[in-house]
Amino acid sequence: MFAQQLLNGVLSGAVYALFALGFTLMFGVLGVINLTYGLYFSAGAFVALFATHYAHLPIWAALPLAALIVGLCAILLDELLLGPLRRAKAPELSSLMVTLGATLLLYSLMTAWFGTEIRRFPPAVFSGAAYDVFGLRITLAQILIVLTTALIVGGLAFLLQKTRLGLSIRALAENPDAAQLMGVNASGVVHLVSFISGALGAAAGVLIGLNYNAIEPYMGEKMMLKGFAVIILGGLGDIRGAVLAGFLLGLLETFTAGYVASSMKDAVGFLLLVLTLWFRPSGLFGRAAVKRA
Amino acid sequence: MSIINKLAPLGLAAAVVFSAVGARAADPITLGAVEILTGPANKYGIAIQNGFNLALDEVNKAGGVLGRPLAIAYEDSAGNKDQAINAVRNLIGSKNVPLILGPTISNEMFAAGPVANQRKVPIVGTSTTANGITAIGPYVFRTSLPEADVIPVTLKAARDKLGVKKVAVMYANDDAFSKSGYDVMKATLEKLGMQTLTTETFGTKDTDFSAQMTKVKALNPDAILISALVEPASGVILAKKALGVPASVRVIGGNGLNSPKLGEIAGDAADGVIVGSPWFIGKKDPINEKFVADYRAKYKSDPDQFAAQAYDTLFIVAEAIKAAGAPDSEKIKDALVKVKHKGVLGDFSFTPDRDPADTSGVAVLEMKGGKFGLLP
Repeated sequence: MFAQQLLNGVLSGAVYALFALGFTLMFGVLGVINLTYGLYFSAGAFVALFATHYAHLPIWAALPLAALIVGLCAILLDELLLGPLRRAKAPELSSLMVTLGATLLLYSLMTAWFGTEIRRFPPAVFSGAAYDVFGLRITLAQILIVLTTALIVGGLAFLLQKTRLGLSIRALAENPDAAQLMGVNASGVVHLVSFISGALGAAAGVLIGLNYNAIEPYMGEKMMLKGFAVIILGGLGDIRGAVLAGFLLGLLETFTAGYVASSMKDAVGFLLLVLTLWFRPSGLFGRAAVKRA
Repeated sequence: MSIINKLAPLGLAAAVVFSAVGARAADPITLGAVEILTGPANKYGIAIQNGFNLALDEVNKAGGVLGRPLAIAYEDSAGNKDQAINAVRNLIGSKNVPLILGPTISNEMFAAGPVANQRKVPIVGTSTTANGITAIGPYVFRTSLPEADVIPVTLKAARDKLGVKKVAVMYANDDAFSKSGYDVMKATLEKLGMQTLTTETFGTKDTDFSAQMTKVKALNPDAILISALVEPASGVILAKKALGVPASVRVIGGNGLNSPKLGEIAGDAADGVIVGSPWFIGKKDPINEKFVADYRAKYKSDPDQFAAQAYDTLFIVAEAIKAAGAPDSEKIKDALVKVKHKGVLGDFSFTPDRDPADTSGVAVLEMKGGKFGLLP
């Protein structure tokens, strides 16, 4: 049972990590807690659902399609909602409130269009196939989640650390004004980051929708709460931290439910969140807080 | 026809008594009904209205009650508590109805029931299953079996027919309906001498149930009991399949799982799920078969549990009016508790507390290929 619980924890951690990646990237670079992120998650799942359901696309085509479409929507939403505030150098609170309002509006619209009932991927897409490996149970969707998470983390690390584009993203995150003076195309980088975040959120939505085979407009809202916990544990804007914190939360929750009491499962994650904010406000894995210029 | 045959002598006797007043014989006796006829939940109210009207036709074809035809004045509550209260006030105040049928959901009954009770007009819910409905007052009745009566029948069938002895219990601990179902399960398990290996909880909005299910799997239960709304319950059932818990380990559910949505969401993972239901469309019984055939002929669709409960209720109320001898609220109230009726839900009578007394009509159902059928 221990090995199975360990696997459960890793899988659930991969889900959290995948979700939190785009969220923390958006914060790290754009300096805004963008609450519309949960919406990208739901929207991605819906795009993939319609692509497989009506256009009969296979899931390997529906996943990138959903990421692309939602990524483009994210650029549009960011420009529409936050662009004017960025140019006016409005305080962070205004940005937060704008995204909060937009999120509520967009969720209501989605609910009006799609209804709140749970939808499923067509049986051809969701086989629910499961394998026994050394006495452990793992489903096809879970293997897909772990592989995609690994691929995305690797790809993102490469982009940020090894490419010129990554350098400009990091520069913008460090100091927007200085980066612009050094010739970084700020609005281009902002759009790129919005796109990557939206696409990551959408990909997470597709994979998680596939894993639990339950898609409905508010699925992103449910993930946001855990997403917050993960990015705060990992340190806001810290990509490596978000991945580690995702796995930590997944394992912690699983072992609490498995060996302590399932009623404590949710409490333990948020207890850790509060403790982190008290004792290590810059995140479990972050450097000690340095006042940024 | 057997219902009508049974009613006829009663009606005749009542008609003789009433003929003394004679003059108004052609005026209908009008009952009130408050149901959700518009809005998102109106499919429940419409089904109930259909059930009432089908029974109304039969009663009137057989000569009505007390020599007068029976009629129903419908008011729409739209699922809104305040509108339900206004509807009840209007029916009592300006239409002078001797009895009110409805409202559709328990929340509405908790709001409108006290109004009828205060005016001393009997109000009969046909679809209100929450705890405490009839505790509102002596004029509040219900014909729908509360969950507390259905779950014991389900568990007993699982023990006797499938040999279920040790179970794992899982319930959503953040939802009042799920928790109250769990309380009933816990009490029933003790009463039936079944062993509870573990009790696991989850949140109604959770999607990941693998930790709880892994623990349950390791304990090797005969069955898993679930009290939750249909969405999280479907997730638990999908996790059961994903983690390779054998299909021979049955899932036994509360009323939340008694929904066709379970099969839609969980697919073949839901095969073998067992639930109890006050009524089942395929029940082999002449009264039920006639009801289903008549309903299909009149409405071109299949009746559901709500229509069935409403259908029986109208006969029960008609019998009470006949026994009361006059369309008088006080007399009908006293007559209702004495009614014995055999309808599509089986044998019916009220407990002294105005709840249904008989659970012999509860059908234990098993899901196969996405559809519920009788457990063999």
